[in-house]
Amino acid sequence: MFLQHVADGLLSGAVIGLGAIGLSFTMKILRFANFSHSELLTWGAYFGLIFFTIAASLGNVFDAPIGPLSFGWGMFVALIFSAVATSALALLLHKLVFEKLNRVAGHMTMVFASFGVALLLRHMVLLIFGPNPIYYSNELQFAVLLPGNVRVLPDQVFLLGLTIIVVFGLHLFMTRSRTGIAMRGVSENPDLSRVAGVNVSSIINWVWIIGASLASVAGVLYGLTVQLRPELGFGLILPLFAAAILGGAGSLYGAVIGGLIVGLSENLSVMIIPTTYKPAVPFLLILAILYFRPEGLFGERK
Amino acid sequence: MIGLISYLIFFLILALSFGIAVLGLNLQWGYTGLFNAGVAGFIAIGGYTMAILTGPSRDAVLGGFEMPFVVGLIGAMIASGIGAYIVGLATLRLKGEYLAVATFGIAVSIQLVCLNWEYLTGGTLGLIGIPNPSKDLATGPLAQNAVYLGIVIVIGGIAFWALERIVKSPWGRMLKAIREDEGAAASLGKSPVRVRLESFILGCMLMGLAGALLTAFIGYISPSDFLPIVTFQIWTMLIVGGSANNRGALLGAVLVWGVWTSSGFVISKFIPAEIQAQGGALQAILIGLILVVTLLMRPRGLIGEEKHVSRHASL
Repeated sequence: MFLQHVADGLLSGAVIGLGAIGLSFTMKILRFANFSHSELLTWGAYFGLIFFTIAASLGNVFDAPIGPLSFGWGMFVALIFSAVATSALALLLHKLVFEKLNRVAGHMTMVFASFGVALLLRHMVLLIFGPNPIYYSNELQFAVLLPGNVRVLPDQVFLLGLTIIVVFGLHLFMTRSRTGIAMRGVSENPDLSRVAGVNVSSIINWVWIIGASLASVAGVLYGLTVQLRPELGFGLILPLFAAAILGGAGSLYGAVIGGLIVGLSENLSVMIIPTTYKPAVPFLLILAILYFRPEGLFGERK
Repeated sequence: MIGLISYLIFFLILALSFGIAVLGLNLQWGYTGLFNAGVAGFIAIGGYTMAILTGPSRDAVLGGFEMPFVVGLIGAMIASGIGAYIVGLATLRLKGEYLAVATFGIAVSIQLVCLNWEYLTGGTLGLIGIPNPSKDLATGPLAQNAVYLGIVIVIGGIAFWALERIVKSPWGRMLKAIREDEGAAASLGKSPVRVRLESFILGCMLMGLAGALLTAFIGYISPSDFLPIVTFQIWTMLIVGGSANNRGALLGAVLVWGVWTSSGFVISKFIPAEIQAQGGALQAILIGLILVVTLLMRPRGLIGEEKHVSRHASL
């Protein structure tokens, strides 16, 4: 059982890690804790549903499952379009709410506004799609038996693979591209970066685009391996914050490793405490890290 | 006419009870700058304490103390105060947004305890048969509710009066000093962490009091009464009314609760029963919109903070 919990923990941790990267960047670069970030996962998942349905109706190539997976090539179309749509949503929120507030109010007001925005986003999903769980596909999958009596579904293997590719791609972007390097500069010192000729407001747009795209991928993968519900993101608020704070604000690998730690602790906790208390585990992690090492595992000490 | 009056009384009992919680939040956020995202959790502690202390004996659930209403109120305040103390010790050293995350987590954890610790809370079924003191004081629902409204007004009035005194006292000025510039306050020998803890505990005690008043009035308590939406409502009441102004806190409570109940009424009238979940979503969207629009258009709220300048200062 132990190894099965480890496998499940790694899988849910991968999704949490992907989602937490954007949150971590916003905490560091935009300097506020965005409670509405997790709703981008929900919207990403439902955007994915729309585009997946459209793509699947276009032809059998998109619809027919690939090998042992439960979905066809349409899922890749859905992933890309969902990332674009979720980024557009995030930029819209930035322009309508957060940018304005940043100019006129303190950053705690932004935290608070993100509360309101989260409420709006979540209930709009409920309004449009209804309260019942939805699945991308009803294909049956056969679990793969790994050594140690661990069972994983092919979709879960896909999840892990895609996560690794996305994180590696982002690593290249942050270290090789001009935008990525400028982004790291802004996160260290916005004023100095501005003086050095970095267009800070365009960098901030990039933070939203990257955060939202990763959130949408995480949302789709969550929908694929668990289910789509309007409360999808809401249930992930604490795990995402736990991962971002554990990893240290602004740290790419910190967020990923933080996500894995959160996923593992959640899944291993059921061996000690009743399953019903599992949602409190990320909160305990947050308390512990803030108490012992508030800058996070990979953050810089001030 | 009687119908309207009796509804108005019912409405005011709920709105003013929430108003007491808003006063507590106002002390924390308005005057001290503490972001408490776990309001619903502290209201829940107060409500359950009231239910356990005054409720009848139950099978397999803690209870049967059947204590008087006043003991329930005091017990609720003590319980939420102790809860706030434990939580505050762990979190108040933290900067604003971490405090928001941590208190959000506390509310989630309290909700889990309410749902799962059946011996204490009755689990999902909740606790029933909590006595309403007005039942002994008057006959007929209208008179009973009027008496209960009187109780709420007296208690809320005391809370309001005490807070007005408190925030104008040296301690109250210290709160604002810490809110504005923690470093400067600390350099004058004040202890920000300690003062924040005191303000946090006092505010949470008022939330517990509000929970106790609501529970004794409704006579029933269950975990679904303390969903995170309650925290949003209390916050919206404060922001709309105007933070750092106790009058604004009460005004916001009445206004926002008015919008909430009347929109609920309209939705239940015009939306078919099959899609009531979506109707509830419309209500929440309305509250979210009010909140965000107020922040953008009128960040001070309807009546915001008054400027206080010491009468000794020369301008």
